[in-house]
Amino acid sequence: MNVVNEWAFIGVFMAVAWIFPTLPIVLAAFVSPRKPNAIKMQTYECGVETVGDTWVQFRVQYYIHGLVFLIFDVEMIFLFPWAMAYNQLDFFAFGAGLLFLFLLTDGLFYAWFKGDLEWS
Amino acid sequence: MNECRDLINTLAACLSTSGWDPGLAQFVQILLGVVLVTLAPLIIVIFLIWVERKFAARIQDRIGPNRVGPWGLLQTIADALKLITKEDITPAGADRVVFNLAPIVSVVSVILIWAVIPLSPIHIGVDLEIGALYFIAVGSIGTLAIMMAGWSSNNKYALLGAFRVVAQLVSYEIPFVFAILVPVMLAGSMGMQDIVDAQRGMWFAVLSPIAAAIFFLSAQAETGRAPFDLIEAESELVAGYNIEYSGMKFGLFFAGEFVHVLTNALLLVALFFGGWVGPFVDQLPILGFVYMFGKAALFYLFSLLLRNTLPRVRIDQMMNFNWKFLVPLSVINVAVVAFLLQVVRALGLAPASGMENDLIANLPQAAVLLAGNLVIIAVVLQLLRNAGRRDRSAEAVVVSKEDEMLPAQAAH
Repeated sequence: MNVVNEWAFIGVFMAVAWIFPTLPIVLAAFVSPRKPNAIKMQTYECGVETVGDTWVQFRVQYYIHGLVFLIFDVEMIFLFPWAMAYNQLDFFAFGAGLLFLFLLTDGLFYAWFKGDLEWS
Repeated sequence: MNECRDLINTLAACLSTSGWDPGLAQFVQILLGVVLVTLAPLIIVIFLIWVERKFAARIQDRIGPNRVGPWGLLQTIADALKLITKEDITPAGADRVVFNLAPIVSVVSVILIWAVIPLSPIHIGVDLEIGALYFIAVGSIGTLAIMMAGWSSNNKYALLGAFRVVAQLVSYEIPFVFAILVPVMLAGSMGMQDIVDAQRGMWFAVLSPIAAAIFFLSAQAETGRAPFDLIEAESELVAGYNIEYSGMKFGLFFAGEFVHVLTNALLLVALFFGGWVGPFVDQLPILGFVYMFGKAALFYLFSLLLRNTLPRVRIDQMMNFNWKFLVPLSVINVAVVAFLLQVVRALGLAPASGMENDLIANLPQAAVLLAGNLVIIAVVLQLLRNAGRRDRSAEAVVVSKEDEMLPAQAAH
């Protein structure tokens, strides 16, 4: 298969993959009973009515972890071309890759010693 | 399936010769292939759920499902019928569109991975040149589905659960991707067929057992299986992100998780344990299915065993395990493998061209890489031992101080 055809397959796949999981939900909508009432529709809680707004501010810890992840994730993708061509690369390229990895881990250890990775 | 693929190809050829537009015939060909690859995981999952329940039951000294059909085989179908006929409750204040979309997205994200899983030398949905990158990208849509579910449910437990899940999935994504970097480096390609093909001489799990172990562990965390099942910590969050879901929508989350575990087992086999490679596979491609699913079944069962025997870890332990152990280890592993590959090439130990598929020719390279991995394991174990000893002595100091405090307090 040529390249265009390959991605045509992925395109069709992405369209078709939605059908089969959607089917049972649509089917259930026809088959299942539907008797809503105010108490049944209430938000689930431990036997009491829920207090205040659900969409509260979240802890900054999640944000920090997200930030560290983002740095890693973007840089990891840059490593893939390097890894793919590695069989043809010389020792200099290994040094360059090592430097790149060092910069990555440098960020990790910075966050580590700053105490940002402690989950309290 | 072999005949099946030929059937699809023949049908397409037939259509185009019998006057159909060749473009349309090709589209029909693609469509049939797609439907086949999409349905496969959904049909397999019906039996996976049965396997899981039976396995868990045996571990817990129960019998498990045994009423519907022989050995309870049809139990899942009965359950699916039950779930379809259950009332579907959407809580007041939920974001309806996102709420309904979330379970579908969670299944779709897993099914999309199946497009690039090589099942035999000739059976693969599509052999993308960037297959590895594709499944990383598509797989992470699952995180989005969980966030959608938690956010749209208008429930505090759901939202808390979703926060945790996203923190967990996002963190374990890093060692996951670093582990995939190793087979890509060894095979010199991101295409899944190329990666499997490069293992004809030697499995990558032998060349880098650390990467295989990291992949397995982080995959276990990505699917939210015990010991990393903080996602649905029943005792803390009731059910987590899917608490407000009922009926078939809950069933879809459930099915998505099961397919994900199998998918990760298949990926582990394809990336590290030789995929479909085995005797006579070139003469009879259908054997590739046997090797592939046979090995994947072993890892699936191992994952079940872990799930049923290990207690849940705390969230801080889980985050520490990832950020302070798996991530540094996976970075070091990539660096060491890269270094050793250069050494192997400098010493001329790499298998000569044309000899890549020969086991003997691969042995020197494998020995060097394996030795490097064993050194890493030894060093890491020693470091862990030291850290553990330090922690224990710190705890001991705290305890002895508390002991000294007690009489003094009693005196007051």
